[in-house]
Amino acid sequence: VYGKGLRALSISTVAVMALALALVFFYAPLEAEQGFLQKIFYVHVPLAIVALCGFVAGGLFAIQHLRTRDPRWDMRSYVAIHMSLIFGVATLITGSIWAKGSWGHWWVWDEPTLVSFLIVFLLYATYQPLRFAIEDPERQARYASVFAVTAGAFVPLNFIAVRASTAYVHPRVLGATSNLPSQMALTFLVSLLGIALLFTTLCKYELTAKHTRAQLRALRRLADRRAGAAVLGAPARGRSAAPSVHATAMTAHTPERPGI
Amino acid sequence: MRRTVGALLRKELLVELRTLESVPGMSLFAVTTFVVFHFALQRSSVDGDLAAGILWVTLLFAAILGINRLFVADADQGGFDGFLLAPVERTALFVAKALALLAYLVVLEIIAVPAFGLLLLGPSLGQAMPQLLGVLALGDLGIAAIGTLVAALAVRTRARDLLGPLLALPLLVPIVIGGARATSPLLALGHADDPPTRWLLTLGLYDLVFGLIAYALFDFLLED
Repeated sequence: VYGKGLRALSISTVAVMALALALVFFYAPLEAEQGFLQKIFYVHVPLAIVALCGFVAGGLFAIQHLRTRDPRWDMRSYVAIHMSLIFGVATLITGSIWAKGSWGHWWVWDEPTLVSFLIVFLLYATYQPLRFAIEDPERQARYASVFAVTAGAFVPLNFIAVRASTAYVHPRVLGATSNLPSQMALTFLVSLLGIALLFTTLCKYELTAKHTRAQLRALRRLADRRAGAAVLGAPARGRSAAPSVHATAMTAHTPERPGI
Repeated sequence: MRRTVGALLRKELLVELRTLESVPGMSLFAVTTFVVFHFALQRSSVDGDLAAGILWVTLLFAAILGINRLFVADADQGGFDGFLLAPVERTALFVAKALALLAYLVVLEIIAVPAFGLLLLGPSLGQAMPQLLGVLALGDLGIAAIGTLVAALAVRTRARDLLGPLLALPLLVPIVIGGARATSPLLALGHADDPPTRWLLTLGLYDLVFGLIAYALFDFLLED
């Protein structure tokens, strides 16, 4: 059920990403001061925006989990935050490259967007250790949701606080697309769409994989039980902080579950 | 609710008075940290930005010691179970713990701020004192709210001594920003300016939002 629409989504992601890259390299004009280097803007800024939106979305899913106690919301919250962390690493790396190229340093402290992104990233980096450290799956899900809601609210507040702390030294790129030339703005928006689609696709893949694995485990257990073999504990799994969805509950839900 | 909070707070302070587990440790840590700063910076007196930074970093780390200990007795000695058996609102525990932590922070500052003035600070504390108290109070409110939530989140995990500070530090960064920026004109050499209103507003807003969030979310941490 989770896999429904996955192919169409993947194809459109690839198409939009290809279009975005084509626009970046052949359509968008070279920037006067930074030249070719400025093209990293079309990757870096969308990555950052999508990662932050993913963090906030993880918080919203977590609110939903705390309200309904449905483990699937916890799974969505986990996947959104997990994927945003990966996008966050990519953001920090592309940001560093851009900073080195245009300002001559790998890291600058007077750029509020950079600094607040780092703080947010450091906070979310504790999400997985927190999950690892709690054994009981139900409590793990509940605590992780409390964390996700708190951290989700922290994202915008932190940006306000850090931005207020810094004089506007560098011109804002992220502020508004209105001060960009229209060709650049178009390219930027297509890139943003492409990265957002990539995020959605990867999240959906991860959800599908986790769901399938849980189903498989449940079926295997059922088969073992039918064969009369005594199942002594679950088979050893790799170390993972992913929410352990109650497999039986998930297979029971599957038939009437609408696609997400 | 108010009676419950009162009873819990009384118990909290009584336990602290009898065991002296948190506050003396926090204060001693703060004073030692000033000495460490003296040697690490090779300065015998500081002022302005540097002074504000040292003061807030020290207070922050001392507060984290207290945050780490805040729920340990409840988790290890069945305090949570006893509380959950009682027919009272669970939020009362949050309010009582946050007030207790606030009290610890106030005592900490009563000791650490004069010690800072004696050991490291160049300009005298006297004329900055009333405004400094206001800034410290705003910072304490935020530290108490966030600290209580984080302490409850971390205390029943396997690596609680590690997770508590890791969770608390990024969440407290905006308080350090606001606190240090508001304090630095107060500790500047010569003329003491008013703290910029912008920073007081930021601190107040942050306290308010996180106070509400922690208040709303705390119940979910106490269900088993």
